[in-house]
Amino acid sequence: MKYLSQILQHLRKDLRLEWRSRDSVNGMLFFVLLVVVVFSIAFDPAGYPTTTRQISGGILWVGLLFASITALNQSWTREQRNQVLEAQRMAPSAASALFLGKALANMFFVLIVEAVLAPIFIVFFNLHVLGNAWLLAIILPLGTWALVVNGTFFAALGLRARNRELLLPLILLPISLPAILMMVQATTGVITAELDPIYIRTWITQLAGYDVIYTTVCILLFETVLNAE
Amino acid sequence: MARSSALRNAAWLWFLATVAVLVVGFREAIFLVPTEATMGDVQRIFYYHLPHAILGLVFPYVNFFASLAFLFWRRRDPLKALTADALAVASAEVTVLYVGVCLASGMLWGKPAWGIWWAWDARLTSELLLWLLYVSYLLVRRFSMAGQTGTLAAVLSVFAAIDVPIVFMSIRWWRTQHPAPVFGDGGSLDPSFYPAVLWNLAGWAMWGVFILVFRFALERRRQLAEQEEALRAIEASLEISQ
Repeated sequence: MKYLSQILQHLRKDLRLEWRSRDSVNGMLFFVLLVVVVFSIAFDPAGYPTTTRQISGGILWVGLLFASITALNQSWTREQRNQVLEAQRMAPSAASALFLGKALANMFFVLIVEAVLAPIFIVFFNLHVLGNAWLLAIILPLGTWALVVNGTFFAALGLRARNRELLLPLILLPISLPAILMMVQATTGVITAELDPIYIRTWITQLAGYDVIYTTVCILLFETVLNAE
Repeated sequence: MARSSALRNAAWLWFLATVAVLVVGFREAIFLVPTEATMGDVQRIFYYHLPHAILGLVFPYVNFFASLAFLFWRRRDPLKALTADALAVASAEVTVLYVGVCLASGMLWGKPAWGIWWAWDARLTSELLLWLLYVSYLLVRRFSMAGQTGTLAAVLSVFAAIDVPIVFMSIRWWRTQHPAPVFGDGGSLDPSFYPAVLWNLAGWAMWGVFILVFRFALERRRQLAEQEEALRAIEASLEISQ
């Protein structure tokens, strides 16, 4: 119970900080918007609706991945100002509570971006979903969590490294590749309705398994990373 | 001194034995084993590809267990932890090498056999991913600051080690362009090919162990030199303050 309230405290702090500056969400929104525009120009989605349906899942996730990397790099910088992070390390609360609070906050930001992005995506790519659209309500949060949980962890790992901005994508992309594969396949399967529902369910189950495994490892190892010296 | 010269002799013996086994393996693979019926001589790449593929799955786990040992000893026994860290570096570099050779030899085979260098099927992708993961491991070592390299790299190694079986299970989930497993249940390898496969597997395993130990010894030397340097710096600073 105490652990839960610690997580909530951290979450509330992050949300309040973001509310005052709105740096991350605004930055991500504009970034994803640019990615969508760039891809629309590169592929001419209106002319080829079938191709668009086949690639739009991938474009969606690649855009979100890049956008969340820009925000994740910043998410720990706030803690470094005025040695807040040192204070966190000395605080009697569990280190993993700090991690979970931060990861949940980042998850929330990316979900806001997705909510704004979805209609834009549909308009610009002239999409209409052929499969069970409600499945996306499961796939999107699961996929987002897979990106955000590892991203938050490795942003903390690269915190005191040289070339921090470069290091995060270099680690995060290889680690997330299986998750990206799963969510892109599931999303594309839903949008095109060409994939057997059994396969879509397998992809979603695997994605959930990935989330569970990596969340556990992140929680177990976060204290080591926070206190690495 | 006696110990180090004995070790050096052992290393030389091991090296010579490795070369001998590799020579036997080469002779078996190139001259003795019958030519494969459908693919012809191109198939002989297989005798180099397969050992590297198998060993490229063994060395990541050496890295994983060395990293776990490092995390365990980090606070309890820093000197043992340093040894574990040296083993982790060495095995990561050997992993990158072996997986790289596996990918390259696979591509050399793929061009004549499939007509394309590369296909994005499950097994090729997962092998490439393995390679990428351990390159990023080496990059983390390069980028992180002096005092924390071991810890951060060990943490990343745990993530990489989880990823490897996830990705390798994916072979079983799809039909792939890559040939199905040739050993074990439903294996399609004719017994007349076994000598070449086994000699090469043994030879490349011995070679892998050799370069692993060599790199490990090098890393140990670097660590000892670093410690000596630090000690000298401390002593020098004490002299100034007096």
